[in-house]
Amino acid sequence: MTQYLIRRTLWSITMLIAVTALVFVIFFVLPGAAGNAGDSKYPPVAIRIAGKQPSPATIEAIIDRLGLDRPVHEQFFSYLGNAAQGDLGYSYQTEEPVTQAVLRRLPPTIGLALGASVLWLLLGCTIGVISALKRRTIWDRASMIGALAGVSMPVFWIGLIAVFFFDSRLQIYDTGSYVPFTQNPIQWLSVMWLPWVVLALTYAAIYSRMVRGNMLEVGTEDYIRTARAKGLTERSVIRHQLRSALTPVVTMYGLDLGLLLGGAIITERIFNIPGIGSYTVTAIAQQNLPVILGTTVIASFFIIFSNLIVDVFYAVLDPRVTYS
Amino acid sequence: MTQIGEPILEVKDLKVHFPTPDGVVKAVDGLTFTVQRGETFGIVGESGSGKSVTCLTALGLIKRESAQISGEVLFEGHDLLKLSNEDLRPIRGKALSMIFQDPFACLHPFYRVGDQIVEAIQCHDSCDKKEARNRTVGLLDAVGIPQPDDRFRDYPHQFSGGMRQRAMIAMALAHNPSLLIADEPTTALDVTVQAQILELIDHIKQEFNIGVILITHDLGVVADVAQSVMVMYAGRAVEYGSREEVFSGPLHPYTWGLLESIPNIDRRGARLVPIEGAPPSLIRVPPGCSFNPRCPHRFDPCDKDVPELLDRGGGHPEACHLRIEDKKRLWNEREAGRVAEVAS
Repeated sequence: MTQYLIRRTLWSITMLIAVTALVFVIFFVLPGAAGNAGDSKYPPVAIRIAGKQPSPATIEAIIDRLGLDRPVHEQFFSYLGNAAQGDLGYSYQTEEPVTQAVLRRLPPTIGLALGASVLWLLLGCTIGVISALKRRTIWDRASMIGALAGVSMPVFWIGLIAVFFFDSRLQIYDTGSYVPFTQNPIQWLSVMWLPWVVLALTYAAIYSRMVRGNMLEVGTEDYIRTARAKGLTERSVIRHQLRSALTPVVTMYGLDLGLLLGGAIITERIFNIPGIGSYTVTAIAQQNLPVILGTTVIASFFIIFSNLIVDVFYAVLDPRVTYS
Repeated sequence: MTQIGEPILEVKDLKVHFPTPDGVVKAVDGLTFTVQRGETFGIVGESGSGKSVTCLTALGLIKRESAQISGEVLFEGHDLLKLSNEDLRPIRGKALSMIFQDPFACLHPFYRVGDQIVEAIQCHDSCDKKEARNRTVGLLDAVGIPQPDDRFRDYPHQFSGGMRQRAMIAMALAHNPSLLIADEPTTALDVTVQAQILELIDHIKQEFNIGVILITHDLGVVADVAQSVMVMYAGRAVEYGSREEVFSGPLHPYTWGLLESIPNIDRRGARLVPIEGAPPSLIRVPPGCSFNPRCPHRFDPCDKDVPELLDRGGGHPEACHLRIEDKKRLWNEREAGRVAEVAS
C-alpha cells in the first residue's frame, strides 16, 4: 500500500510537470501564441501589456522585466523550481503573487463545489433509488422525464434563466453580492443557494439516472436473489442492493468534485463569484501566463489528487480491489 | 418409490405463465409431484424446461406481478402460493432453503462470507452476534471448510468455487431446513468438486433426514444420488418414477434421448446420440405432445392430443402416446443397437 502511494505520488508530480510543460508550449511555441514573437519583433503579450502606442523602449523594458527574452526551457525550469517552493510567480497584470491570488480565490470555488455536490448527491441518489424501487410507476416516469430535462439544459442557459427569473423578475436574489462565509454567513448563503441549485441540476439528473440503472442492474444479481432466499426482510435486501449500486457513485463523485474544485467556470461567471474559474477566464483574456499557469496547476492538482483518493478509497469499499 | 417417508412438499397442477408482448410464456404448465422426507428428488430437463421456475415459484422468488400462477404448493400445512411475501419470509431460508447454480455470483462480493451466514442466522433467530458467529463457524466446519475460524473473515473472492458452494450450503443449513432445493448446484464446478458437493448434499440429507430437490440437466448426477426422478420437457413432466424405474425401464422417447446422450465408460465406442432439434419456444409450444417435432417415434395422435402423465401399464407415470409394448420394444431395440455398436 505504501509503495503504491509513493508510486502514485511520483506519477502525480510527473503529470503536473507535463501539464505545466503543455501550457508553456501553448503559450510560447505554437504559431501565433502570446509569447511567440514569430516574424514580428516583439511577442504579442509584451505589446499588449505595454498599452496603446508603446515606444520600443517600453516594450523592451517589459520583456526584460518579465524575462520573456530568456529561452523557453530556461523560463520553464525556473518556473518549476519556484513552483516547487510554493512560488507561482507574479501576475503580469496586477503584479500580485499568483500563489496568494489563487489561495484567495479558492474558498469561493470550494464553497460552490462542495455545496452543489452535496445537493446533487442527495437529490440524485434519492431520486435514483426511489425510481428503481418504484419502477414503472408514475413517480419513476416523472423523475426520469425530469432527469432527461435536467441533462438537456446546459448550465449557461439555465443559469441565465435563473438570474433573470430570481433577480430581475422576482427580485429575491442579488447577483454578484458575494461575501466570504467568514464575513457574513447569512449573506454568503443567500448568494450561494442559486448557483448551487443551478450547478447541481445537471449533475443530479446524471446521478439519478446512473443510480437508477445501477439499482436495477444489481437487483437482478444472483446474490440479491440469495439474500431474499435466505429470508431477509425487504429492507435488508435493499441494503444489500444499495451497497453495490452506490459504490460506483463514490468514484464518480470524487472525480466530478475534483474537476469542479479547479473552477466552475460558467457558473462562477454567471453568478459573479470570485473563484478560480472566473479568475482563469480573466487571465486567459489578458494572456496572463503566470495566472493561467497557476490556475491550471491548481486545477490539475485537484483532478489528480481526487483520482488518487478515489482509487485508494475504492479498495476500502470493494474488497476485491487490492493494490500492489 | 424406494423410500417412503412423509410427504413434505406437494405440488399440484402448478402453472406459471409469463405474459410478454410476444405472447404467453408457459414456463411451467401443469406440474404435479410430491417430495418425501429423506429422499433426493431429481428434476431433470434441458435449459428452459421449467425446472428452476418451479422451485423459484415455490419460494416466492418469482415476481408475482409479472406471472400468472395457479395450482397449489403445499409445504408444512401452508399453500405457499397463497402466502403473502411477508408470510413467506419466515419460511424462506428457514424450513425451506435453496442453493443456486453459480456460487461465484450468489454471494455478495462486498460482505464477508461469515457475515453473510450470520445475517442468515439472525434474520430468523434473535440471537446475539457472538452466538451467531459461533454457529456460523460450526456450520462452515460441518460443510467441510478447513480452518473455519479464519475463513469466516474471508470475502467470497478469496474462496474457490467449491468452497463458495459449501458456504452456500452452510447458509442453507443455518436453520435445519426440512427441504433443501439445490438448483444445478454442481453445474459451474469442476468435475472433482462436483462429486464432493453431491456427496456433501447426500450426507446432509441422511444426517438431518431432510428432503432434497436436486435440479439438474445432467442425468448422470441424478443417477448417483436421487431416489426419485422427474423428467421435464417444455414446462411439463414427461416421466416420473423411482431412479430404478426411470433408468432401467425408461418409457418416454425424451428420456431415451437424454440417457443416450450421456457418455458411459462401459459403452466405449458407442456414438453419443444427440437429440435432434432444439427445445421449443415456450410461447409457441407445438400442439399435442410438445416433444413430437423432435421425436423419432411420433405417429398419428402426437401432434394433436396432449398426452397425460399417467401410468400406461409400465409401472410409473409417463406422458407418451405410444403403446406400452411398443415403448418396451423400441427401448430394447435402441439399447441393442448401442450394445452392437460397442461390440463392433
